[in-house]
Amino acid sequence: MSIKVTNEKCTGCKLCVKTCPFSAIEITNKKAVIDLYKCTLCGVCIESCKFDAIVLTKLSPTDIAFPKKFEEHKDVWIFCEQKKGVVQSVAYELLGKGRELADTLGVELCGVLLGENIKGEAQKIIHRGANKVYLVDSHELKHYQDEPYSKVLIQLIKEYKPEIVLCGASSIGRSLISRVAIGVHAGLTADCTALDIDKKERLLLQTRPAFGGNIMATIICPNHRPQMSTVRHKVMKEAPENKHHKGKIIEKSYDNNVYFSRTRLLDIVEEIEETVNLTEANVIVSGGRGLGSPENFKIIEDLAKALGGAVGASRAAVDSGWKTYSHQVGQTGKTVCPKIYIACGISGQIQHLVGMQSSEIIVAINKDPHAPIFTMATYGIIGDIFEVVPELTRRFKELLGK
Amino acid sequence: MNIIVCIKQVPDTTNVRIDPETNTLVRSGVQSIINPFDMYAIEEAIRLKEKFGGLVTIITMGPPQAEEALREAISLGADEAVLVSDRAFAGSDTWATSYTLSKAIGKIGKFDLVICGKQAIDGDTAQVGPGIAAFMDIPQITFVKKIEEIKDSFIRAERMTEEGYDIVESPLPCLITVVKEINEPRLPSLKGKMRAKKIEIKKLEAKDLDADPDLLGLKGSPTKVVKIFTPSPRKGGQILEGEAKDVSAKLVELLKTELV
Repeated sequence: MSIKVTNEKCTGCKLCVKTCPFSAIEITNKKAVIDLYKCTLCGVCIESCKFDAIVLTKLSPTDIAFPKKFEEHKDVWIFCEQKKGVVQSVAYELLGKGRELADTLGVELCGVLLGENIKGEAQKIIHRGANKVYLVDSHELKHYQDEPYSKVLIQLIKEYKPEIVLCGASSIGRSLISRVAIGVHAGLTADCTALDIDKKERLLLQTRPAFGGNIMATIICPNHRPQMSTVRHKVMKEAPENKHHKGKIIEKSYDNNVYFSRTRLLDIVEEIEETVNLTEANVIVSGGRGLGSPENFKIIEDLAKALGGAVGASRAAVDSGWKTYSHQVGQTGKTVCPKIYIACGISGQIQHLVGMQSSEIIVAINKDPHAPIFTMATYGIIGDIFEVVPELTRRFKELLGK
Repeated sequence: MNIIVCIKQVPDTTNVRIDPETNTLVRSGVQSIINPFDMYAIEEAIRLKEKFGGLVTIITMGPPQAEEALREAISLGADEAVLVSDRAFAGSDTWATSYTLSKAIGKIGKFDLVICGKQAIDGDTAQVGPGIAAFMDIPQITFVKKIEEIKDSFIRAERMTEEGYDIVESPLPCLITVVKEINEPRLPSLKGKMRAKKIEIKKLEAKDLDADPDLLGLKGSPTKVVKIFTPSPRKGGQILEGEAKDVSAKLVELLKTELV
C-alpha cells in the first residue's frame, strides 16, 4: 500500500502538516508533499484532510512481485501457553477464533502444547475443538524459557508447515513468537484484536490498533508462511467445552540440543497480592491522583475485593509511589480490557486512556465534570470518590455477598 | 563492559489530547522524542558503565532527523552514537528492522550487552528486541525490571510476568529489553549537552551493512498494511449526578446484570 496526495483537491491548507506525527509532510508549491521515507502509513493525515485530498492506494503489483502458492502449508495452529501445567485461558479464546478460521479455510485446527506431564491438558485442548494437538512433553519444557520453546516451535513449524500460527500477546507469547518469526522467516503482527480470512487468496487479515487504538490497521502477509499473529487477551470468545469432541494427540520429542537453553530460570516469584493480575481480571478498579495518599488506596482495594476484581493505578499514582508499577494501566504500563473498568479519581490523560479504552464498560468517578475520562465513560459519576466509592463497596457487597 | 542501546525516535504523545466534541486526536505541534521505554534502556546502560566501566553506544534506525534522538542520548552520558539511515530501509516492518539493526550492531564491534526498551509507543509490538537477539543468535531476557547482578560474564535479572517476576540468568553477550520499573532516568548534564553538540555521529547506510538488499525495507518486510481506518470513537454515555447514595444505587442497578 502507498499513500498519495491528489493535487487537484489539495488546497495547501497545511492541516495535514500539523497532524503528521512523523513530520513527513511538507508544502511545496502550495501542495502537500509526503516524504515516503518518513511516512509510516499511519493514516492520521487522511483523517485530518477536509478535502479528501490524501488517499491510500491499494497494494500495487510491485508490492507483491511474485504471489507465491503455498499448497504445502495448511492448518491453523494455536500455541497453547501453559503455566504451572495449566493451559491459560487466552489459548481457549484463540481456539474459539481458530475454529472459525479453520472452517473458513477448510483445514484442521491444531493446538501446540509444550510442558512436562501435561497430557491431560492436551485432552482439554481437544475438548475445546482442536482436531490435533502437537504435544512435546519434557522436563526441560516444564516452565517457559525462550530458547528451548522457540527451537521446538521452529522445528514443529518446519516439519508440519501450518498456514497460520496464533499465540496470546502475553509476556511469554511476545518473547517467544518474535524469535520464532525470525527463525522461520515469517511475518508477525503484534497484539491483534480482530482476525478474518480473505478466502480467495487464503490470506489472514490481521487487524490491530496503532497509536493507542486511535487508528486501526489491517495487515496481511502475502509471501510467507505461516502467517503469524499474537492476539490480545480477552478480545476473542472462548471455545465452548465439549467433552465428547475427539482429536488426535501427536507426541514429539527432540534431541537435547533442541531443549538446551543458554539462559537459566532460577526462580518464579509470584507477587503475594492476589489483586495484581490485571490482564486476567474481569473487573478492574483503578485509582489516580484524586486519592491524594497511598493510605486512601484502601477504598479502591475494598471495592475491588467486593467485586472480585483487580486493582489498577494511573501513572500519577504509581509515580508518586502509592502503588507498584505492576498495577500501572496505560501507555507505559499495562493495556487491559476487562468487562468492567472503574476509574476513581483519574482525570483521563491520553496515556491512561489508551491502556483501558477497549474495556467493555467504563465507569468514571470524578468530581471534575470536565475530566476527559467522562468522554469515554459508559457511566460517569460526578462526585466525591471518598463518598461514592465506599457507598458502592457497601452496595456491591450486599448484592454479591462478598 | 561494552553496551549497545537500541533506541527509536517516536512522536510525542504527551502533547496529544482528545477533542471532547469530535473524540479525535488533537496534536498541537508535532514533537519527536526518544521512545519513553528507551530512556530506561539508556539510563540502565549508563549506570552499568558507571559501575563496570566500558563504552555505551547508542544506535537508531530512522530518517536523518533521528540524529536528534542520538544527540539527546549522548547528552545523558552515552559515549558514541550510530545512525542507521537509508532510503532502502523505508517501510521496514519488525522483521526487516530487526534484520537491519542486527547487521548494524555487527558492524559496531564487540559488545557484552544489548539493551532495548520493551516496546515503542507508536507501534507497541515488542517484537524488535527479541528479533535482534534471534538474528544475532544471542540469548535474551525480555521485560527486565531489575538487573540483580553482573558477574563473571553472566547477568542475572528479574523478568516481569503477569503474576510477578522470573529470575533468569544468562551468559553474556545477551540482549535484554527493559520496563519502566528498572530505574528513573536522569536529566542531561551541562557537560553532556556540550558533548552532544560537538560529537560526530557515525552513519551507516545499506551498502555498509553486508546485508541482503532483498531483506531490507518494504521489500524485505513480510507484513504489508492493506487498510487503515479510524474505529468508531468511543462515546461518553450516561452521566449520573446527585447524592452519593443515590448515584451508587443507580450504578449498582446498571451493572447488576453484568455481575450476577
